[in-house]
Amino acid sequence: MRKTVIPFGPQHPVLPEPIHLKLTVEDERIIEAIPNLGYVHRGLERLADIRDFHQMIQVVERVCGICSVIHALCYCQGIEEIMGVEVPPRARYLRVMWSELHRIQSHLLWLGLFADSFGFESLFMQFWRVREKIMDISEATTGNRVIVSVNVIGGVRRNPDPEQIRWVLAQIDWVEAELQRLEDTMLEDYTVKKRTVGKGVLTRQQAYELGAVGPVLRGSGVAQDARQTGYAAYGELHFEPVVETDGDCYARNKVRFRETLASIDLIRRAIHRLPDGEVRTKIKGIKPPQGETVNRVEQPRGELLYYLKGSGQKTLDRVRIRTPTFANIPPLLVMLPGHFLSDVPVVTLSIDPCISCTER
Amino acid sequence: MREEIMAVSAEALVGEVAKLKVLGYRLVTLSCTELDASNLDILYHFDKDLGLKHLRLTAPKAAAVPSISPVYFAALLVENEIQDFFGLRFEGLVVDYRGTLYLEEEALKTPYCRFSLRSADQREGPAAALDAETNHPNAEKF
Repeated sequence: MRKTVIPFGPQHPVLPEPIHLKLTVEDERIIEAIPNLGYVHRGLERLADIRDFHQMIQVVERVCGICSVIHALCYCQGIEEIMGVEVPPRARYLRVMWSELHRIQSHLLWLGLFADSFGFESLFMQFWRVREKIMDISEATTGNRVIVSVNVIGGVRRNPDPEQIRWVLAQIDWVEAELQRLEDTMLEDYTVKKRTVGKGVLTRQQAYELGAVGPVLRGSGVAQDARQTGYAAYGELHFEPVVETDGDCYARNKVRFRETLASIDLIRRAIHRLPDGEVRTKIKGIKPPQGETVNRVEQPRGELLYYLKGSGQKTLDRVRIRTPTFANIPPLLVMLPGHFLSDVPVVTLSIDPCISCTER
Repeated sequence: MREEIMAVSAEALVGEVAKLKVLGYRLVTLSCTELDASNLDILYHFDKDLGLKHLRLTAPKAAAVPSISPVYFAALLVENEIQDFFGLRFEGLVVDYRGTLYLEEEALKTPYCRFSLRSADQREGPAAALDAETNHPNAEKF
């Protein structure tokens, strides 16, 4: 049978950001997928040459809006490790709270987009309506909705008062109730299952060997989550990863839905154990970073890695960022062959591609 | 760095990486840093049960490094990225963009290097051929 090459993207209704997949098809069936990147690459890592190590926090927060707080957390933890700075306990718990709020808003954004990818627009609207409440919490506790800019080297910039904390608890109760109302539709509806079950299957072994991360890895049955390393205050919150075993689009959808509820639970636990005290260690007088480190945290899309190297100067020698979508593209290339062209949007969205992160 | 770092030579690299795969390590990524005008430092990060292990290779910019993508398919994007940004050649890449994953074919700079330019003889494919013929990639336009 004759082969045809069809471009998917860089502009496509289902893609919020530009990525290009060169799909080779026989009839309607995909036999090969080759990615093309670089449409919006910004070269942010090179800014480390001219921005000092404090200013780089604002740069890394702009790698991705959806998970800005987690980028800054990973960077700050790395610098704190090199400089030997100890973060106050209250700041570690607040970092968990804001990280999980970001995870919830990112997953809700994705759940809406995923529903939209198979034409379920009312479900898209419902998830984004609930997400607004999380954005309100971010705005009330940090002053911003998206790039919240709370992390600094040595702790956090904001310290919510007890009244604000009580208000946050009430708001996440509302979010949880709304999500439970949507659970049956997202996980049991005929339309959702018809478009997602058995699509884009990645076996446990493939996921591991191809370097998959986050819900893509856990949806294939591998119980690995960087939060298990216990960074910030996760080690004191008895964190357990959410795992599904089928490895298809439905399993990845289920992991993200259940993780949203698990994040609400983590926020509650972090708030109930929130210690009193300072939220920031002063680092004035300490020498600029000298040495190298690798720091990992769990973004909504999976493991994020920062390699940082400094030589005692104000600017760092190297800031290297490995984002989760970058790691999940090779598994996507294995998921697509064998599927019909009409499944490409659903399978592609199932890795929750963040091109802003990939094109850092 | 807290974790173990093992120095490897270019000749021993693929063998060491294959050993780690047999031991059940997952490739996390590669990190490349420019050391000076002629050398690059490449760290290969691996993970097993949430523990990291690193291999360190010091590579001259002018020499090609063996690709580990035949062992770990996941390395194909990051090795192509290093080719673009640092001008280092990887031999045996399973999908070789020849320096055009992010950059245009006519790009001469390796944007993450302070000291080097990407010369035509380091590249292969249409851009290099065009340079060799016309000495300017856009010669026809002028």
